[in-house]
Amino acid sequence: MLEIRNLSVSIQDKLILDNLSLGVNAGEVAAIMGPNGSGKSTLAYVIAGKPGYEVTSGEILLDGDNLLELEPNERALRGVFLAFQYPTEIPGVGAMTFLKAALNAQRRARGESDLTTPDFMRRVREAAQALKIEQEMLRRPLNVGFSGGEKKRFEVLQMALLGPRVGVLDETDSGLDIDALRIVADGVNALRDPARAFVVITHYQRLLDHIRPDVVHVMSRGRIVASGGPELALELERNGYRDYAEEAA
Amino acid sequence: MNAHVVNRSAAEKTLFRQFAEQQAREPSPVRAAAFARFAEAGLPTRRVEAWHYTDLRAAMADAAPVLAAPTPADIKAARLRLARRERFAPGAQLVLLGGRYIGELSDRLPDGVTVTEGAVLAVPVADPLAALNEALSPSGCTISVARGAEIAEPITILHLADGMSDYSVYSRSAIALNAGARASFVEVFEGAQARVQRHSATIMTLAKGAKARHVAVVGDEPGLHIETHVCDLAENAELEAFGLISGGDLTRRQIFVRMTGDEAKVSLGGLALIDGDRRADTTLQVVHAAPRGTSREFYRAIVDDDAIGVFQGKIIVERAAQKTDGAMKSQAILLSPRAQMNEKPELEIFADDVVCGHGATVASLDPEQVFYLRSRGIPESDAKAMLLEAFGGESIDRIEDELLIEALRARLRAWLGSRM
Ligand SMILES: Nc1ncnc2c1ncn2[C@@H]1O[C@H](COP(=O)(O)OP(=O)(O)O)[C@@H](O)[C@H]1O
Ligand SMILES: [Mg+2]
Repeated sequence: MLEIRNLSVSIQDKLILDNLSLGVNAGEVAAIMGPNGSGKSTLAYVIAGKPGYEVTSGEILLDGDNLLELEPNERALRGVFLAFQYPTEIPGVGAMTFLKAALNAQRRARGESDLTTPDFMRRVREAAQALKIEQEMLRRPLNVGFSGGEKKRFEVLQMALLGPRVGVLDETDSGLDIDALRIVADGVNALRDPARAFVVITHYQRLLDHIRPDVVHVMSRGRIVASGGPELALELERNGYRDYAEEAA
Repeated sequence: MNAHVVNRSAAEKTLFRQFAEQQAREPSPVRAAAFARFAEAGLPTRRVEAWHYTDLRAAMADAAPVLAAPTPADIKAARLRLARRERFAPGAQLVLLGGRYIGELSDRLPDGVTVTEGAVLAVPVADPLAALNEALSPSGCTISVARGAEIAEPITILHLADGMSDYSVYSRSAIALNAGARASFVEVFEGAQARVQRHSATIMTLAKGAKARHVAVVGDEPGLHIETHVCDLAENAELEAFGLISGGDLTRRQIFVRMTGDEAKVSLGGLALIDGDRRADTTLQVVHAAPRGTSREFYRAIVDDDAIGVFQGKIIVERAAQKTDGAMKSQAILLSPRAQMNEKPELEIFADDVVCGHGATVASLDPEQVFYLRSRGIPESDAKAMLLEAFGGESIDRIEDELLIEALRARLRAWLGSRM
């Protein structure tokens, strides 16, 4: 369903992703593990369409369409969702106002009418309850004054409401205590679906105890250097990234 | 009076002639004294510190003919326009047509509020345009709020411009709150076109413990809008003022606040929405003249295209004003590489026990924020409009009146909507 082919990406002439290829099938959870600085977030941003990256080669296909030719909002309408490693704080924009704008933008793109306020409120309430998000938090400006854990839960709340085709989770486990980790993982697991794929980026194996991956890829220096089953994550936990870092050199 | 007269500009020559004609019809020593003050300084240039970023002498090619008093036909036409017009705020409305208060177009005022026609006192500030306003304005009106009266709904002063010809219109109003009175005023400027030059002055006096709100809405398209707002606060008086600028070729709002009594409190704010080749200048002078005063100034601007914004704010803390607490902030977002914002916040402190600060920033829209919104499917133009509404809205939200906040936010949305 998601097919990344020979993707090379530079930032200010520095090569960050180096001829990277990766496929994720519908219904699958693919984990990407790798040391800090290996290019995981860059990959996530390039999938979502963040400006400022120079794609020097390759393509990213979602159901056969090249995402690289689409604007970030168009990609979202096709079903790309990025749960940010560091969600952006936006003072002055209420969390609810934002959720409504996002949901309605996607509905309009599908030719549907805007949600009524009661319908919108009900959906948010239900999704928030499942993620143990207080209503009070939703009255604040977007991500402003949210704790690290609250930000991550709010990302998953958005994902639940928008129901993407591909969810890319960039270190959604960082900054979470074990209870919050479990809540977030349950939230993601509830969204697992034969028609939906996930790319779960993480530095630690811990998250993968809760979100069981089908495939594990190891990333180092902008490339996928090893792929395997869930056992690969356990091996990394024991031995660290040292072996792979050298292999990529 | 003629000591400094060298090269008079065309506009200055016209102003001299206009004033002479007025004196011939209606001699007045008070006006003559005011005109002398104007004449001594002339139209300000960049060399005048308070006008450093707005060279009015260069910008004013000429002074348009002074508008005569409205005729019965003008009043009739205005009545028809008023009937069709949607009001900015609830509450009673006073109508100024051609700079004159027109009782028959105005609403009945609530109990505790009176309006009297007649000369409005001299403006105690040293500014050539304030002096010019005093010299050329028709006799104005004074709105008084009785001692202890609490007026629930805002009182609107509608400055209605009319007609299609070139003209300049001068007006002067006074707002006086007696001790302990509370009231809210909205001045709405409407109907002017590019050939209109508008000179408006509002002089507020807040007696002991009085509390006033003043919101100015400049949303029409005059060629020149010069607004002088003067406020004097006695002990424990409070002023909350806000100005929205969303139109006009050259707009100058100059606000002079003096906290004469102890423990006075001032909160000033504004939002300037400037695009095309418009210019908008907000210049403040806040004088703390007595102890334990508090002042907050919070101004924002969104500047696009080739527009130029100016914010100058000076807080002066006099020697007597110990325990002053002052904080001034000005922030602007530039939407185009050619847009300009000139910000100059200043403190002049002559007392030793004070807490004062100021800050000014000029930035672009944050690309991280735009991307975050777009990554959720929100189109770029909507994402930018959301961020700009948030930025402007934060200045509006400081007003403690939900209905006025909503009305101002609606103007902001309309401005954003008209150009996105
Ligand atoms: N905006 C940027 N400008 C310059 N270098 C960057 C930028 N973003 C990332 N990098 C560099 O790209 C490399 C990969 O970063 P990143 O994708 O964040 O890695 P990871 O998420 O795996 O920790 C790092 O060397 C980082 O310093
Ligand atoms: Mg990262």
